[in-house]
Amino acid sequence: MNNILGYRRPAPGTQPTHLHPPYVSSTTRAPSKPLVHMPHTLTEVTGPLFGTEAVDVKACDLTRQHSGEPLGERIIVSGRVLDEDARPVARTLVEVWQANAAGRYLHKVDQHDAPLDPSFTGCGHALTDDEGRYRFVTVRPGAYPWRNHYNAWRPAHIHFSIFGPAFATRLVTQMYFQGDALIPYDPIFNCTADEQARNRLISVFDWATTIPDQALGYRFDIVLNGREATPMEK
Amino acid sequence: MSFHATTSQTVGPYFSIGLTRLRKADLVGSGVSGEKITISGRVIDGEGKPVPDAMLEIWQANSHGKYAHPEDAQNKPLEAGFQGYGRVGVDENGGFSFRTVKPGTVPGPDGKMQAPHIAVSVFARGLLLRLVTRIYLPEEAANADDYVLNLVEPERRGTLIARKNAVAGTLEWNVILQGADETVFFDC
Repeated sequence: MNNILGYRRPAPGTQPTHLHPPYVSSTTRAPSKPLVHMPHTLTEVTGPLFGTEAVDVKACDLTRQHSGEPLGERIIVSGRVLDEDARPVARTLVEVWQANAAGRYLHKVDQHDAPLDPSFTGCGHALTDDEGRYRFVTVRPGAYPWRNHYNAWRPAHIHFSIFGPAFATRLVTQMYFQGDALIPYDPIFNCTADEQARNRLISVFDWATTIPDQALGYRFDIVLNGREATPMEK
Repeated sequence: MSFHATTSQTVGPYFSIGLTRLRKADLVGSGVSGEKITISGRVIDGEGKPVPDAMLEIWQANSHGKYAHPEDAQNKPLEAGFQGYGRVGVDENGGFSFRTVKPGTVPGPDGKMQAPHIAVSVFARGLLLRLVTRIYLPEEAANADDYVLNLVEPERRGTLIARKNAVAGTLEWNVILQGADETVFFDC
C-alpha cells in the first residue's frame, strides 16, 4: 500500500505564485513562508466523486432557470476535461458561475451600478461524459469594474471549478474570451509567468459548436494534473 | 502529445453563487459509526483580520480508515452515510464549523500508518491557487510518528493540530493565512 502513484507537479511557471502584488488582495492573504513539500499519499490520490445523483441535468443551461429569457448574447461554452496525457477525465463534476450580460453578479457584495437580470442567476453545473466532454448554454458575461487599482476592469470571464479524480487534481480557474481588449491589463489573468499557460485560459471561438440563428460557440478545454509515470514507464 | 495542467485562478468574491449548492457542513449521515466531532475556527489574514469570503473543502477517511474512492484497495468497510466530503463557507467574522467523524488511520509513504487527519483545501479572493493543509487531532499518540507531520519543522506543527474546546466533542482549528503564526500549507 505504500507504493502510491502520485500526480504530477506543475511545470515551472505554468501556475501562479501565491503572492502577486499587482493583485492587491494577494498581499495580505498569500502565505509568507515556503510551502512544505509532501509526497502524495492515499489521502491525496483519492478524493470526492460525484455521480448523476448529485447533478441536475437541466443545470447545464443557464438561460432556462427562470420563466423569462436572460438578456444578452446567448453562447455555447463547451470543451473537454483531459489529463496531462490527453486522456479524458470522464464523469467529473464541473461547476460554473458568472456575471450577467451587464457585468453584475447576483451577490450582495457586488455593488456595481449595472442592472441585475431577473431571468439570470449565473450558476450551472454538469458532469463530463465518457469522453470528458461538457457543454453549457449561457450568456456572454459583461466586463465590470473592481477596486484593485484606478480604473480597474475585469475582462469578461466565467469561473470554473473541477474536481477530477483525486484531491490532488482539484482545480478552480477562470475562462476568458478571445479578443477581449481588457485581458492584457488584468492582474488576475496575468498572475502566471508562462505566457502560453496564460493564453490557454482564453476560450476560442468555434464554428463547429455555433448553432445557426441561435448562439455562438466557444471552446475551452481544461487539463488536470496527470499521473506520475510508473517505474516501468520511466 | 502532452499538456500542462490548466492554470489556477482565484475563486474571487462571488463564488457562493456557483458553489453553495454542494455545501456540506455535516458530513455524518445516518448509521455512521465512529466518534462524532465538530471542528470550528476562523480564517485570518496577514493583518490579523478575519477573512469574510473564504471557503474550505474537506476530504477524509471514515472511522475505519477507508476512503470512499475506488483507489482505496484496503480491506476495510465503507459506510453509505459517509462520503468524506465537506464544503463550508465562512461567515462575516471568518468563522466556519463542520461536523464529521474522527477518521481512522490510513497508510503513509513510509509503510507506517498515518495519524488520523483531515485534508483541507482553502479557497478565497486573493488566493490565486487553493491552499492545501491538514487537520490533525489533539492527544493522538500517532502524531509523533506521522510521516507528513514530521516533514514540518517542530515549532510549526502545532498549526496543524486542532485544540480541544471546553465542550466535549468540539475542537478548534484556525487558518492563519500569513504571518508569524501562519498555518502550514503543503505543496501538494
